[in-house]
Amino acid sequence: MATSSVSKGCFVFKPNFKKRKISVPIEEYFNEGKNESEDSKLRFETYQVIWQQMKSETEKMQEELNKNLFDSLIKFLQKSHSGFQKNSRDWGCQIKLREIPTAALILGVNVTDHEFTFRSLTEAIQNNVTPYVVKLQARDCPDIKHFLQKLFSQLMDCHVDVESKEEEKDIQKKTHCSMDSLSSWYMNVTQTDQGKPRKKRTSSQWQSPPVVLILKDMESFTTKVLQDFIIISSQHLHEFPLILIFGIATSPVIIHRLLPHAVSSLLCIEIFQSLSCKEHLTTVIDKLLLTTQFPFNLSEKVLQILTSIFLYYDFSIQNFIKGLQLSLLEHFYSQPLSVLCCNLPEAKRRINFLSDNQCENIRRLPSFRRYVEKQATEKQVALLTNERFLKEETQSLLESLHVYHTNYFLVLRCLHQFTSSLPKYPLGRQIRELYCTCLEKNIWDSEEYASALQLLRMLAKDELMTILQKCFSVLNSSSEKQLGSTAKRIEELLAQLQSLDAEVKEEEDASGSQSKGLQKTDLYHLQKSLLEMKELRRTGKKQTKFEVLREKVVNFIDSLVREYLLPPETQPLYEAVYFTAAHTLHEHLNAAPRLALHTALNNPYYYLKNEVLKSEEGCIPNVAPDICIAYKLHLECSRLINLVDWSEAFATVVTAAEKTDANSVTSEERNDIIHARFIRAVSELELLGFVKPTKRKTDHVARLTWGGC
Amino acid sequence: MNKLELNEDKVLEVRFVGDDDVLNHILDREGGAKFKKERPQLLVNTKKIIKKPEYDLKEDGIEVLKDKNYVEVLGRDVQESLKNGSATVGGNKVYSFQNRKHPEKMAKLASELAKTPRKNVSYSLKNDPEIMTDIPQCSKGHSPSDEVQLKNNDKSEFISTTRVLRKRLIAPRNHSDSESEYSASNSEDDEEVAQEFEEDTNKAILSPKTQAQNRVVSAPVYKATPSKKMKRDKTSDLVEEYFEAHSSSKVLTSDRTLQKLKKAKLDQQTLRNLLSKVSPSFSAELKQLNQQYEQLFHKWMLQLHLGFNIVLYGLGSKRDLLERFRATMLQDSIHIVINGFFPGISVKSILNSITEEVLDHMGTFRNILDQLDWIINKFKEDSSLELFLLIHNLDSQMLRGDKSQQIIAQLSSLRNIYLIASIDHLNAPLMWDHVKQSLYNWLWYETTTYSPYTEETSYENSLLVKQSGSLPLSSLTHVSRSLTPNARGIFRLLIKYQLDNQDNPSYLGLSFQDFYQQCREAFLVNSDLTLRAQLTEFRDHKLIRTKKGTDGVEYLFIPIDNGTLSEFLEKEEEES
Repeated sequence: MATSSVSKGCFVFKPNFKKRKISVPIEEYFNEGKNESEDSKLRFETYQVIWQQMKSETEKMQEELNKNLFDSLIKFLQKSHSGFQKNSRDWGCQIKLREIPTAALILGVNVTDHEFTFRSLTEAIQNNVTPYVVKLQARDCPDIKHFLQKLFSQLMDCHVDVESKEEEKDIQKKTHCSMDSLSSWYMNVTQTDQGKPRKKRTSSQWQSPPVVLILKDMESFTTKVLQDFIIISSQHLHEFPLILIFGIATSPVIIHRLLPHAVSSLLCIEIFQSLSCKEHLTTVIDKLLLTTQFPFNLSEKVLQILTSIFLYYDFSIQNFIKGLQLSLLEHFYSQPLSVLCCNLPEAKRRINFLSDNQCENIRRLPSFRRYVEKQATEKQVALLTNERFLKEETQSLLESLHVYHTNYFLVLRCLHQFTSSLPKYPLGRQIRELYCTCLEKNIWDSEEYASALQLLRMLAKDELMTILQKCFSVLNSSSEKQLGSTAKRIEELLAQLQSLDAEVKEEEDASGSQSKGLQKTDLYHLQKSLLEMKELRRTGKKQTKFEVLREKVVNFIDSLVREYLLPPETQPLYEAVYFTAAHTLHEHLNAAPRLALHTALNNPYYYLKNEVLKSEEGCIPNVAPDICIAYKLHLECSRLINLVDWSEAFATVVTAAEKTDANSVTSEERNDIIHARFIRAVSELELLGFVKPTKRKTDHVARLTWGGC
Repeated sequence: MNKLELNEDKVLEVRFVGDDDVLNHILDREGGAKFKKERPQLLVNTKKIIKKPEYDLKEDGIEVLKDKNYVEVLGRDVQESLKNGSATVGGNKVYSFQNRKHPEKMAKLASELAKTPRKNVSYSLKNDPEIMTDIPQCSKGHSPSDEVQLKNNDKSEFISTTRVLRKRLIAPRNHSDSESEYSASNSEDDEEVAQEFEEDTNKAILSPKTQAQNRVVSAPVYKATPSKKMKRDKTSDLVEEYFEAHSSSKVLTSDRTLQKLKKAKLDQQTLRNLLSKVSPSFSAELKQLNQQYEQLFHKWMLQLHLGFNIVLYGLGSKRDLLERFRATMLQDSIHIVINGFFPGISVKSILNSITEEVLDHMGTFRNILDQLDWIINKFKEDSSLELFLLIHNLDSQMLRGDKSQQIIAQLSSLRNIYLIASIDHLNAPLMWDHVKQSLYNWLWYETTTYSPYTEETSYENSLLVKQSGSLPLSSLTHVSRSLTPNARGIFRLLIKYQLDNQDNPSYLGLSFQDFYQQCREAFLVNSDLTLRAQLTEFRDHKLIRTKKGTDGVEYLFIPIDNGTLSEFLEKEEEES
C-alpha cells in the first residue's frame, strides 16, 4: 500500500494476523544490529538491571529530597484545615474563613522535573490529608467552564468506586458544572461517608476533609480564569473547604502580578521553597556516579557534556538522567567488554565464560596493551597466548580496578573537603568540578592544584581541625577497610592538633606573665624589649609547632592525592567500565540541525566524499547538487530575490557544469530541464524555510535568513 | 546578602523576592555559575542574555578556562564524529548580519561558479590593470578572502582565452543588460529617472566590462557602505550594517518578470517528466550515505522500545529512508504513516485514525482533548497494545502549531506508542519548549540524504509551478455538470460579477440582495428561498463563501482565483 495520496495524509497499517504475540523481544534489536556481537544478551540484561537500579535509586533520592518540603506542606494543609473544623464564632476566624488557604510552591525553572514532584505530592496528600486532590494544568482550562468541568470530573474520579463510575460519568455529562453543584456534591459525599466506615485513612478522622486543588503551572493560567475562580470559590468556602496549591516556576511576585489586590486579598498565602535543582544534581551525581555501588562510570568529556547541558540549557534533572541512561545504553551497545561492567563477584564469574573472541578483545584494549608492555617478557607471552592465564590476570586486574575506585572516591571526597572551603575555589566549589578535573588529567600537575595547596598552607587551626574531622568521618563511612591506615593517620594528626592546644595555652601563660613584667618598666625599656622581640621574630623565622603540623597535614593530603587520584586511563581494563564516546551523546542529545543544514548546503563534500566536490572555503564547485548551487546564489541577494535573475544565474552555473554532454540533447530541451531543476531547487529551499513567496514585487521571493558571505 | 538569606531560610517564610533573587535562583546560587564567554562553534551563536551577578565576577578566570575546555571537547568530538554538522563553519558564517548586497552580485557569482574547476590558476595580484578598476565594484560587502578570490576569478576570466566560455558568460549578460532596469520595490519612485539614464547608457555601451564601471558611476545608491568594508568583523559595525540593510523599505532588484522570459509556468506533471530526465549525480556516494543510515535501523528499534523517540534531521528528503525503515522493521506491527506535508492533515485526523482504525472505536468525541484522554487511557490499560507513528515532516505548516505539537508530544510520551519523525525546516526545533521536549524525549539523528523532496513539495503551491490550476478547475466543471441549468446560471452570474470587479481592491463580494435582484432579472429564481437553497448547495461544495460586511450585510464570493474562474467560463461557453 502506498503512503502518498492526494486525499489523505494518514495511513494505518495493521498486520493481518490479529492475535500475534509481540513479535520480537527487545534483545533481538540489541544484537541484530551488529554482525559479531559478543554476549549481547548478557550485556542487555546487565544494562537493564543497572538501569533499573539507577532509576529506583534516583526516585528514592528524589523522594527523600522532597520529604522536608512535603512535610511542611502537609503540616500547613492540616493546620489551615483545622480552621474549618473549629467553627468558632470569634471574629478572627470569621475573617479567616473568607480567605482561601494557599500554598505557593516555588519549584524553579526546571519545569520538566515538576511532574514528578507533583505526582509524589499528590500521593503524600492523599495518604495524609484528604482523598480529594485535584491537579489542573493551564492547557486544560482555557476558560472557567472548562476549569470547573475538569475540577468536577477529577473530583468524581477521586471519590467514586469503580462500579458506580459509569453512571456518575453520565450524571457529570448532564449536570451543569457550577460551584453550587460542586458544594452540594461535596455535602452529599461527606455525609454518606460518615454513614459508612471509610478506609483507614487519617482523613477519616475529620468529618469534612478539605479539597486540595493543585494548579501545576500557575504562570500560564489565564488571569481571568484564576480571578473568577478564586472569587467564586471564596464565596463558597464555608460549604466547600478548598485549599489551593500554586506551582510556581519563577518567583512568588508573579502571584501579585497575575492577581489584583482585590483577589489576592482573598488568599492566605504561604510560600514553600523546593530544593534548588543544582543541589539536586549534586545529590544525583553523588549517589549515582561517585559510588562503587554502580560499576558504570562516565569519562570526563561525557560528564562535562551532561553537566553543560544541565547548566546551560534546562536545569532539568530528568534530562540529566536521560543522558545518563543513553550513555549507559550506548556503552553496553557498543563495547563488547561491557559484559564485565557489573559487580565484582559476578564479573569474576563471567570472566571464566568469556569466549576466545572476547579474550582477543581484551588483548586489544589500549589500556591492557600498555599494561602488558610493562610486564616481564615471559609474562607478556603468557598473557598474549594463554587464555587461562589471561583470564586469571583479568580477574585480578578487575579486582584492583575495584579497589582503585573505592579509594578514588574516598580520597576525592576528602580532597573536596579541603578545597571546597578555600577562597575563590581554585578547584571548583562542587565536587563534580573536582571530579571532572581529576578524571581528565593528573590533578597535581595543574596550576589550580598548586594554588589550592598554597591556600591550604594558610588555614587556621580550627578550620583545619573541622576539615580533618570531616575527612575522618568520610573515611570511616566506607565499609571497606582499604584506607584504614589513612583514617588512623588522620586521627593521629587530629590528636596532635588538639594537644597543641594545651601547649599553646602554656605558652600564652608564659607570655602573659612576661607582658606583666613589661608593664612595670618605663617607656625606654619597653621600646627596647619590643625591638628585641621584633628582631627575634625576623631572624629566627622559626615555625611554630602548629605550622609544622599544618605542613604535615598538607603534605599528607598531597601524598594521598598523588597516590590514589590517578586518572582512570592509567588503569588497565578501564574501558570496560567507562563510557567515553562523548560525541555520540552530544550528537543525539544536543543536536544542531541548523548547522547540519548549513554544512550540507555549503560544503557538500563533507557528506558526499567525492573529489569533484572538494573546494576551498566559501565556494562550491558547479557540479554540486542543485540545491547547493541555488542556495549559494541566493546568499548573494538581499531581502528580495528576483526569480528571473536567480534562474539565469542558476542556468549559467549548471550549463557550465555539464558542457560535455551538451550535444546530446537539443538546447531547447536542455533549457527546459534546467529550468525544471531550478524550480525544484527553489521549492526545496522554500520547504526548508530559506525563502518564501512575497507579494511586494512580482516574481520575487523574500529571503528569510540573514547573512551568508 | 540575598544569597545569605536564601541559604538560611529555605522554607516557611512569606516574603517578597525581587527579580534579582529570581536571577540568583536561575543562576547558580552559590556563585558557581558559569556562563560562557564564547559559545562553542556547535552552539547557536546567540548573545548571552542573563546578566551575571556581581559576586560571580571573581571566578571568571577559572571559568573561562573551563569553557575553553568545553569548547575543546566539542571541537575534538566533531573531528571524531563523522556525522555531526561540520566544525569548519563558524557561527558567524551561519548567522552573521545581513549587509547590503549588490544587485549584480548573483550573476557575478554565477559566472564565477561556472568556472570554478579552473580555480587553481594563480596569478600575481598586480599584473592586470583592468582588475584594479573592477575592485571597487566587486569588493563591496565582501570579506577579504572573498575579495581575493573574486579577483583571482576575474583575472582568469579576463585572461582566459577559451572563447566558448567567454561567449557564454557574456551572452546572458548582454542580454540582461539590454533590458535590465533596477528599481526599488516600489517602483513608482523618482528612481525612474535614474533608470532611464542608466538604460540609455547601457544601450550605448557594448562591452560589459566598461559598462560595469559605468554602473558604479551612474548608480551611487549601490555604494552604501564603501568605507566600512574593512572592519566587518567588529560587532558594532555589524549592528550598524544590519540596521542599514533593514532601514530602507526599498530593496533594489531588477524588474524583470518571468513573463518576459517566455518561460511558462510548468505544471506538476511536466515538471516531473522533465526532472525524470535528469540523471542523478553522486549516486554512489548517496547510496553509501543511505547504507550508513540503514545500519541504524536496529538501534532505532531498540531505542524506541526503551522509551526514546527518534527525530531525523538534515538536508534531503527522509521519506524514502523512513519508508525503508517501515518496510524492514515494522511489517509485523501496527503502525501509522502520517504525511505531515499533506495540506489537509490535522491532529484531528491523526487521532481519528488511531481511534477508528487502530482501536476500532466507532463513537465520537466532544473535542480533541477528550479524544486524547480516551486514547491515553486505552493505551495505559492495555499494555500489549503497541503503535508506531511515523511522521514525515513533523514541522509542516499544518502540524507546527502549539496545540498540535502538544497533543502529538503527549501521545509520544506514552510507553507503548513509538514515534519516529523527520524535520526539515530551518527553525523546526523552535516549535518545542522544554516541556514538550521532555514529553517527546527525543534522540536526534542526522540523516543528510540529499534526495529531492519530490513528494513533500508536490502539494506546495510553489512559486514557479502553475498555480493550482488543474485541480480546482476540474472539480469546478465536475460540480457544475451535476447542477441544474438554473443553478449553473446562478453560479455563472456570480463568477461574472466577481471577474468584473477583479480590479476593484475594495471589492468584498456580492451582497445577497443584489444577487437576488440579478437572478430575478435573469429569470433564474422566483423567490429568495430558492436562491438560498441553491446557495446552500454551493456552500456545501465549498464553491462560495460568505462574509459579513461592516454594515452587517452578507457578501458572497467565490474563493477561487480569477484565472481559474475565467478559464472555467471559457470552457463553459465552448461546451454550450
